Amino acid sequence: MSGLELDRQAVAPATLLVRSARLLDPRARLNGRADLLIRDGRVAEIGDALEPPVGAEVVDAEGLHAFPAFVDPHVHLRTPGREDEEDLETGTRAAAAGGFCAILAQPNTHPVVDSAPVLRSLRERAGVEARVPVGFMAAITVGQTGELLTEMAELADAGAAGFTDDGLPVRSAGVMRLALQYQRLAGRTLALHEEDPSLSGAGVMHEGAVSALLGVAGIPSVSESTIIARDCDLARFERGRIHVQHISACGSLRVIELAKDAGVAVTAEATPHHLLLTDEDVRSLDTNMKMNPPLREERDRQALIDALRSGVIDCIATDHAPHAREEKEQPFELAPMGVTGLETAFAAVHTGLVLPGVLELGLVVERMTAGGEPFGLPTPRLEPGAEANVCLVDLDAEWEVGEAGYESRSANCAFAGRRLTGRVRMTIAGGAVAYRERTFTLGAVA
Amino acid sequence: MNAHLLSVDDLSRDDIERILGRAESFAEVSGREIKKVPTLRGRTVINLFYEASTRTQSSFELAAKRLSADLVTIKAAGSAVDKGESLKDTVQTLSAYDPAMIVIRSPHAGAAALVARWTRASVVNAGDGKHEHPTQALLDLYTLRRRAGSLEGLSVWIVGDLLHSRVARSNILAFGRMGCHVTVCGPPTLIPRGIESLGCEVRHSLDGLGQADVVYALRMQRERMQGSFVPSLREYAAQYQVDGRRLGPSQLLMHPGPVNRGVELAAEVIDSPQALITEQVESGVVVRMAVLYELLAGRGAPGAVEAPDRTEPQPA
Repeated sequence: MSGLELDRQAVAPATLLVRSARLLDPRARLNGRADLLIRDGRVAEIGDALEPPVGAEVVDAEGLHAFPAFVDPHVHLRTPGREDEEDLETGTRAAAAGGFCAILAQPNTHPVVDSAPVLRSLRERAGVEARVPVGFMAAITVGQTGELLTEMAELADAGAAGFTDDGLPVRSAGVMRLALQYQRLAGRTLALHEEDPSLSGAGVMHEGAVSALLGVAGIPSVSESTIIARDCDLARFERGRIHVQHISACGSLRVIELAKDAGVAVTAEATPHHLLLTDEDVRSLDTNMKMNPPLREERDRQALIDALRSGVIDCIATDHAPHAREEKEQPFELAPMGVTGLETAFAAVHTGLVLPGVLELGLVVERMTAGGEPFGLPTPRLEPGAEANVCLVDLDAEWEVGEAGYESRSANCAFAGRRLTGRVRMTIAGGAVAYRERTFTLGAVA
Repeated sequence: MNAHLLSVDDLSRDDIERILGRAESFAEVSGREIKKVPTLRGRTVINLFYEASTRTQSSFELAAKRLSADLVTIKAAGSAVDKGESLKDTVQTLSAYDPAMIVIRSPHAGAAALVARWTRASVVNAGDGKHEHPTQALLDLYTLRRRAGSLEGLSVWIVGDLLHSRVARSNILAFGRMGCHVTVCGPPTLIPRGIESLGCEVRHSLDGLGQADVVYALRMQRERMQGSFVPSLREYAAQYQVDGRRLGPSQLLMHPGPVNRGVELAAEVIDSPQALITEQVESGVVVRMAVLYELLAGRGAPGAVEAPDRTEPQPA
C-alpha cells in the first residue's frame, strides 16, 4: 500500500524534554521511569537525567505516564454539512484532548465524500484547521446508496485513507463483491458497517429482555453477524482486505475469529461504549445510550473484552458521532444514533477495565494505538528516530465527564456525568504539541 | 409513590391498593346525579395527546372535570406540533401556564418520562409508544377486582399481539404485582424475545387456556398484516380467536378496546356476561380520578397537606 498522507494545520515541530515520566510502550518493550527528549518533532533520546537543549521547554511529568499517542480509525467530523455539530477544528481538538495523534474521518457527510473534488476540499481545509493529523475516508458507493461504486482509483490517488459506507451497510452482496474486486486497482482497505437492514428493520436498540420491557423495536445480534460472515467469505474469495467497524455482538466475534484463522485479511475494531455499557444502560431511554450498532448484553460485552485481549479485535475505535442537542432531546425512538467519545475513550476504558484488573494497561495502550494499522498508517512508538506522537496521562486524576464542557461542539457523550479516572494532560501529535490541559502547569524553560 | 405516574413499575402494591380504594369512593360519586367534587378547584390539568384516542382522552377529561380542575386538551393535529414544534418546546410553553398536571399520550416510548424532566407539573403517562399504559392497567385491576373479589393467585392469560402492545406490558407488570400468575400467548412473531423477564410464562397455543381464570385479549391491528407478522387474519383467528368453544363458562374475559369483532374475539363472547369490556370503559373515569387525586391531593402529592385517608367526596 502506498504511503498515506494525513492533513493538519502547519505547526512548528516541537523541541521539548519530558522529564521523569513513566514511559509505557509495549511494542518498544518500554516500561519505566525516564526522560524523553523530543527534538524537531522526533523522539531524539530516551534516558535518565537528559539535558534539555538550550531554550527547549521542559515538561515536568513527575507522576504522569507517557504513552505513544492513540490512533482512532473511526470518527465523524460532520463536515461538510453539519458544522453545527462538529467541524474539523473542534473534532480534531477533541481528538487531541483525548490523547489521539491521528484520526480517520468517515465520509457520511452532506455531501457524501464520494468524489475527488469533495475529498480535496476537505483535505485543504484540514491543512488549515486540523489540530491533529486527520485522514479522510471516501465512500464505497456513490451517495452511499449501495448501488454504484465511487471512482475509487481517483479517490485513492487524491488521498482517500480507505473506503467505507459507514452509517449504512453495503446491502447487496454483488456490489460488495465488485468493491472487493476493484480494490485490487484502487488499493486501500474497505471499512465495513455490518448490518442486514432486513433484520435490523426499524430497530432502535438491542433486541432482548430490555427492549421487550421498553416496547421499542429491537436490532437482533444476527443482523450484524450474518453480514460479517457474508463479507468475510467474499473477502476470502476475492482476496480483498476488509476492516469490520464497531463490533457489538459475540456471534460476530466467532465469525471473525474463524475468518482470521482461515487467513482472510480482516481486522476489527470495538468501541469503548460497547466494551463498557450494555442494554441495561438503555433502560432509562437516555438518548446518549442510542447508537448503531446498539449496546448489547453482558455476555456480548464480556466476549468483546476477551476478543480485545486475544487480538480477534485489533483496535479500539471511538465511532465519535456528534449530534445536535435538539436532536438528542427527543423521545428515544426519534433521536439519531450515535455518541461522542474522543475525549473519554482512554479514561473510560482505564476506569472500567484497567483499574478493576480486567485488562492490562499495556494491552489497552496497544489496542488504542493500533487503529491506523488496518489502513497502512504507521503505529506511534516511543523510540528514538520515530515521529513524536506522545500523550501524557495522569492515571490518578478523577474527573466528571462534561463537568467542564467538551472540546467537541456536541455533548452527546455516552459517559456524560460519570466519574472517570485518568486524564490526558498533554498530546504531541505528528511532532507538534496539539493539546495541553489548561490547568496543566509547565516546568521552567531551560 | 412519586410525583408522576410514568410506569406501573413506579407503583408498589400498596400504592395500587390505595388508588383502587380511592377509585371505589369516587365510584360512589359517579352514581349520584351531580357527579362533581371540588377537590382540584382552581388547578389546571393539561391533556397533551399526540395520538388519537377515544377512551383514554375522554375519560381523562371527565376525570379532571369531575374533580373541578380547569382542563385544556391539546391534540397534535391543529396545534403548534403540526408546525414542527419540538416536544420540549411544547412542554415548556404549556408549563408557563403553571399546570398542576400534564397527561401525555405519545407514539414514542419514554415520552412521558422526558416531559417529567421538563416541567414542574405532575406527569401522567396516558400511553407512550408501545411501552406502557399504566392507567389502563389500573382500571383493568379495578374492574377485575370488583368482579372477582380478590386478585391474589388468579391465572391471567394475555392473548394476541404482545409485540406492539403497551397495554400488555403494563398489565403483565400490574397483574404480577397484585399476585396474579400471568401467561402470555400469541404467534411467535408477535411475542417479543425476552418478554419472560417481565415475569410471565410464554405460550404459543391456546391449548392450555382452560387453566386461566381470566382471558385478556389484545387488539389485533390490521396494519400488522403488512409486516407479515401473521400470514392472514383468517389464520390468526383460527389459532388465537377467543370464542364460545375456547372460553369456559367460569372464565372472565377482558379487552382494552376497541374490539375487532370476528378477529381476536367472536361476537358470542363479547356480548356474554363473562365479558368485562363495558365495565372496563366505565372504570376508566373513576380510576383516572383516583390517579389525579393521588398525585395532586393525596399522599403522593408533593407538599400537599396530609389528606385524610378516605375523604368523603362532597358534591360541588
